[in-house]
Amino acid sequence: MRNESRISKLVSRARRSAKRCSADPGPFQALRSVTAPALQRTTPQQRRAALRPGHDSIAKAGHRVTERAMTRGVIAATFILSLVVSTPASAYVAYVSNEKSNTVSVIDTDTWAVTATIKVGQRPRGIEFTRDGRFVLVAVGDDDTIELIDAATHQIVDKLPSGPDPELFVQDQSGKTLYVANENDNTVTIIDLEKRVRTGDVQVGVEPEGMAISPDGKILINTSETTNMAHFIDTATRQIVGNVLVDSRPRFAEFKRDNSELWVSSEIGGTVSVIDPGKREVTGKISFAVPGMRREAIQPVGIAMTADGATAFVALGPANRVAVVDAKTHEVKKYLLVGQRVWHMAFTPDEKYLLVTNGVSNDVSVIDVAAQKVFKTIQVGELPWGITIAPK
Amino acid sequence: MSAPALERPTGFTPAQYLICLNGIVWREALRFLHQRERFVSALVRPLVWLFIFAAGFRQVLGISIIPPYETYILYEVYITPGLMAMIQLFNGMQSSLSMVYDREMGNMRTLLVSPLPRWYLLSCKLLAGTAVSILQVYAFLAIAWFWDIEPPHIGYLTVLPALALTGLMLGALGMLISSGIKQLENFAGVMNFVIFPMFFASSALYPLWRVLEGSPALYYVCQFNPFTHAVELIRFALYGQINWISLAVVGGSTAAFLIGAMLAYNPSRGLGRRGAAGGET
Repeated sequence: MRNESRISKLVSRARRSAKRCSADPGPFQALRSVTAPALQRTTPQQRRAALRPGHDSIAKAGHRVTERAMTRGVIAATFILSLVVSTPASAYVAYVSNEKSNTVSVIDTDTWAVTATIKVGQRPRGIEFTRDGRFVLVAVGDDDTIELIDAATHQIVDKLPSGPDPELFVQDQSGKTLYVANENDNTVTIIDLEKRVRTGDVQVGVEPEGMAISPDGKILINTSETTNMAHFIDTATRQIVGNVLVDSRPRFAEFKRDNSELWVSSEIGGTVSVIDPGKREVTGKISFAVPGMRREAIQPVGIAMTADGATAFVALGPANRVAVVDAKTHEVKKYLLVGQRVWHMAFTPDEKYLLVTNGVSNDVSVIDVAAQKVFKTIQVGELPWGITIAPK
Repeated sequence: MSAPALERPTGFTPAQYLICLNGIVWREALRFLHQRERFVSALVRPLVWLFIFAAGFRQVLGISIIPPYETYILYEVYITPGLMAMIQLFNGMQSSLSMVYDREMGNMRTLLVSPLPRWYLLSCKLLAGTAVSILQVYAFLAIAWFWDIEPPHIGYLTVLPALALTGLMLGALGMLISSGIKQLENFAGVMNFVIFPMFFASSALYPLWRVLEGSPALYYVCQFNPFTHAVELIRFALYGQINWISLAVVGGSTAAFLIGAMLAYNPSRGLGRRGAAGGET
């Protein structure tokens, strides 16, 4: 008797739950309301009774809810599975200039493997995608020109009229103008990228190399290796408007995206000078000390900064390390071991990975930016120098 | 004595086997816990190698990229699997040393008169020693983590079966050796003639391609050294990979050493027939 009353209470509770189920869309809530009171707190006999024909509605409601939950479960599982399967599809491609083998290696960032090697002119060094991503520009110093590689066909389609021994170059934000440092000519050549013609030259210091353009596009920076200066060039007037003395052999220049700082690496000086672009004066210097490494072996070259301006990476040449620097406090946080004579670097567009070229060991190391760890090294051509990355 | 009391039992239940295993493992655990200096010295030895030796040789021995590594590594990272194997090598020899001690003190006699099969007793002893060595290795890895030795997280798990196998192999080797030692004093010879040659003629401290550059003959010696394969098995497992050749060599060596140890401890057939001068026979 007591059992019967318990069952009837149970059934009415289950019916209420079933009604709630049909009104309430939450499958887990509904499932819990049906299964927990109706099934879990009962004996096996009671559970069997509840599923007899007289209790069809409960069974059906439970079944409907279960079915709905299963369908959603299947959809969710399929979605998760598709995510898992497609996770590594970052779909970027990196082009690496190999200074000695006169080639450009193409690396697929999905597989971290070299997928093509393109024969180019002699002594390729500076390399960059055009802003539209259709072409790769590569400075072939010993041929005194800049070659245009079609990214789709991997064919050299044209040459740009640089000065003698072009080394590094930079494009303006629109991708219409190219500024090229000609190492042997003490000039910066200005090229119209649309017409592919030379439109002017700016006389700079001895052995110009590093090139950077301010985020507002008004100031062009050129560093001259022997003069040990960062030259500030007004892009409108094409005149040098300021010079800042830095440590010995400045190799590379990089602006912070907010234009608050300009960083210039000095290879022999072993420092990175932090310059206030407004005042045009050095406001700080970043020094490096790798434990157990001679000071002379620490030669800063390439610099890369995250878009948020929080972290910078500095290649230390023969020290075989990339320094991770807090770009706000200018404090070196750690040193990452890479290949021999690490030179230049480039982020993947999502800034998940940073690829660095190791000249002497002929390979490219891949750094996980978030983890700040080197996880892969890929063999490329001889003396890899520059690198550029773009979506496939 | 009545006749039934002399009858040898014919079979044992799993529970009885477990009681025996529990007894031996527990004794080993107690011994390990009470000998704190043994635990500390087992840790200090590899840490000295890691902190001092590796720091000194960091610049001398540049390491190129060899499997299972996918990028450049520091020398400390390279020698870590070798030091893990070294912990197990010393532990294997130490537990065999303890067997010699047990034999001298008469504890071994107590153990071997147990009605359970001899192979089982020895296997239990081996398992206990291996478990202790694995604890030591993980303690070492925990300290090494603060020294920037950071294998992938999954590696800490995947290395466990490799450690179990290499621990068994080195323990079985120690057991085999200890069966041939009559007195505790003779054990110093084992250190010099077994541990050091095994450790140095292996890939624990330097990759074999570098040994080949220096001495081709030594390279072949290293290749035939089961300890080399123990190191490589651990090295690959620490990075979630399997080195099949090393697995085969370590597996085969474990079986061979184990059978050898069991035969050697068998008073009727093995090397143990040595009379009363300290032998358990």
